[in-house]
Amino acid sequence: MRNHRKYYVTALFAIVLALSSIARAADNEVNLYSERQAFLIDPLLKAFTKETGIKVNLVYMKKGMLERLKLEDRNSPADAILTSDIGNLHNHAKAGLLQAVASKVLEHNIPANLRDPGGLWYGLTVRARVIYAHKDRAKPGEVTSYEDLARPEMAGRVCSRSGKHIYNISLLASIIAAKGREEALVWARGLKGSLARRPQGNDRSQVKAVFEGICDFALGNTYYMGKMATNEKEPEQKQWANSVNIIFPNQKDRGTHVNISGAGVTKYAKNKANAVKLIEYLSSDTAQKQYAMGNFEYPVRANIPLHPLVAGWGQFKADTVFLAAIAEQRTEASKIMDEVGFNQ
Amino acid sequence: MTASPTLAGSTERRLKIDGWTLGTAAISMAVMLPIVAVVIIAFTPGDDIWGHLTSTVLPLYIATTVQLMVGVGVGTFLIGVGGAWLVTIYRFPGKRFFEWALLLPMAMPAYVIAYVYTDVLEYAGPVQGALRHLFGWTSIQQYWFPEIRSLGGAISMMTLVLYPYVYLLSRAAFLEQSVGVLEASRVLGRSQWQSFYSVALPLARPAIVIGLSLVLMETLNDFGTVDFFAVYTFTLGIFDVWMNMSNIAGAAQLASLMLLFVIALVLAERFARRKKRFHQTTTTYKELPGYELGGFKGLLAVVVCALPVVLGFVLPSIVLSTYAVLHFDKEVVSQMLETAGNSLLLSGTAAMIAVIVAIFMAYGVRIKGSPVLKVMTRIAALGYAVPGSVLAVGVIAVLASLDNSIDGFMRENFGVSTGLLFSGTVVAVIFGYLVRFLALSFGTVEASLTKITPNMDGAARTLGHGPFETLRRVHMPLMKTSILTAAMLVFVDGMKELPLTIILRPFNFQTLATYVHQFASDEQLGEASLAALAIVGTGIIPVILLSLMIRKSRPGHEIT
Repeated sequence: MRNHRKYYVTALFAIVLALSSIARAADNEVNLYSERQAFLIDPLLKAFTKETGIKVNLVYMKKGMLERLKLEDRNSPADAILTSDIGNLHNHAKAGLLQAVASKVLEHNIPANLRDPGGLWYGLTVRARVIYAHKDRAKPGEVTSYEDLARPEMAGRVCSRSGKHIYNISLLASIIAAKGREEALVWARGLKGSLARRPQGNDRSQVKAVFEGICDFALGNTYYMGKMATNEKEPEQKQWANSVNIIFPNQKDRGTHVNISGAGVTKYAKNKANAVKLIEYLSSDTAQKQYAMGNFEYPVRANIPLHPLVAGWGQFKADTVFLAAIAEQRTEASKIMDEVGFNQ
Repeated sequence: MTASPTLAGSTERRLKIDGWTLGTAAISMAVMLPIVAVVIIAFTPGDDIWGHLTSTVLPLYIATTVQLMVGVGVGTFLIGVGGAWLVTIYRFPGKRFFEWALLLPMAMPAYVIAYVYTDVLEYAGPVQGALRHLFGWTSIQQYWFPEIRSLGGAISMMTLVLYPYVYLLSRAAFLEQSVGVLEASRVLGRSQWQSFYSVALPLARPAIVIGLSLVLMETLNDFGTVDFFAVYTFTLGIFDVWMNMSNIAGAAQLASLMLLFVIALVLAERFARRKKRFHQTTTTYKELPGYELGGFKGLLAVVVCALPVVLGFVLPSIVLSTYAVLHFDKEVVSQMLETAGNSLLLSGTAAMIAVIVAIFMAYGVRIKGSPVLKVMTRIAALGYAVPGSVLAVGVIAVLASLDNSIDGFMRENFGVSTGLLFSGTVVAVIFGYLVRFLALSFGTVEASLTKITPNMDGAARTLGHGPFETLRRVHMPLMKTSILTAAMLVFVDGMKELPLTIILRPFNFQTLATYVHQFASDEQLGEASLAALAIVGTGIIPVILLSLMIRKSRPGHEIT
């Protein structure tokens, strides 16, 4: 009996050791914690590895990234983080989890308003939050700004995803940054009054709702339109996309709200040089073109050609408020959404 | 059924530190640490959220959560206990089939079934499309159709996939009941219904309560379904505070409050049950009566059993299969095999460890009867009530500080850095599963252990067996079914597990569930369908094997 037990214990110990050695490191590599799903950025990372020979390891996580990085402290294996919103970049920077990177390449490739002045984070793509309007039911010129959606006569004509989704929180935060808390609250309350249904689904489902006749206008990010309009596997999505026009809001004043996906090098990066190389690569012409063509996003620089579809939506003026200022207002924006009962 | 003295009362009460006490305490402590870590995080400084929350959304969160729990609780009780009683006591067409088929929905993750039904029932879906075609309606304003993305929808989805917990445990309890007590009740003039209500149900109460509490904890900390349906529960509130207000301390405070609520519920039930203990005292196990249900009643029984299986398993599987065929991609298959391997490795290892730990802890408490041990094991089994992502932070806190301490010590004394030994490895994920799913294995094993009369222990010990021998040769054989049940519960839940896996996993590591998530979260159900089917497929194998074993396991069955 005793002997058997010893075997079991030894076996168990061996298993534990074997398991803990899985996914341990090679030399020429870079480790990413990513808020962007692997399948979205895989082609870019593969191209990077092909060009440089540096292997990219990635783990996707949305919640818990900051906490994991913080708790792992100086032993964290992560060399860089990728996020899909300014908020998370800003939070990591504020928590002291990123290190300053000075790179001539990055400074050249990325405009100043899309990167941290201290070099803690760099924007890699731009996404615009626009208004989708039904081709027939929305009259031309009826809606030209976010503020128009909150007018009383819009009641029952607008669809939106959850007010607590990071994209809507950022939009509201940009309004706080532009006009102050009071006006932002009035806007959120007005928008709530315009909703045709309880906020639900993602940006794609809002366009679908317009197509179905549930509402005439919807808030959404631009790249979803591209994905729907070219969806060969589910061609019905092309119909959804076809039923709406894109309106770039606030062209006469502050401009359309834009957000970034971006990256930063972690404070304790073991492969710092490789991490910088990766971010530089992601800001290069090749990668920016791929972002534009594959994901229908806006490149950070004007000289990169857009996807023909995206180009067809026309030029637009973007809100140039410093992105970190928007990130600062996120908690307040979230509270306003609660106060107006946006999701109820 | 007798009110017998407790074990602790029948053995000596002396404070003695021995292997069992120490071992049980140590294991409980290890499992308990991540939960304690969450509570500690709650006390770290952060913005005060309470003024804002109580004046705005907290009442809504609480009201929604309570409605959801009541709805799912009642639904799973009716289907679970009703189904178990039907297939155990009555004979009707297809009874043998339904015995195991009723377990099938268990393999279906709640978030997957939610995606599937939304696709089927929404405006653009086939059901409403057919209705419009049939009646010539042209727009949404012309007719009414229930909104699937609603509280009612969430209750339906969760009831459909969670009732098997109640079914499994109550069926095991009904099977273990002696026919003698039922016959006595009938002889004494009770009707079939009265016998069920006043004899069988109370006898099965501990098992049913465990089943229901598992269901309610799962309901309480669900994120995927309520998020998708925009049903604002307490758990959604926790994540809102965490992510949108960047306030992990506030989120941990809410999570701790939720834990307190669960503890209160558990205590309330225990108080209501008070000193009643239910042991089987007779060894006469005859064939179960098998009352014949013919004609209309038989048909009704078939419909009652078939409905949850069709809605919770057959229909969603058909939809997923259709998508999987449409989106079939050869390249994906090899990737899927590797992913499935990861899922099996994690769930299998976790199931094994969780069961061993549960047996050790439950038996340690039984033979030592120390109140401190009891409390410790209870706390250790609370992981199931903490939302997965929050618990994951607790797990990281524990493992990372362990790793960093070892590293610090090694650097200081030997000048070498050991880095992170466990954090970000498969070991971390398995430990996370153990913390989360211990409630499943511990609850099942403990329920089975309490049904074994302490006289058995006494007899074995008198005959010269030590505690370990007694466990191995007396209790384990008696608990065989429950041990297998415990292993299966953990395994199936492990296959579906998402939030812990996402946060704790190593680089470049996918499980079937994370694979489903990456596409499904973007509402691309088609791309996710094959992996979702794989979860269901691997999940049902142990479910079917187990139910066959359960049927054979009825005491006395082997003898005949």
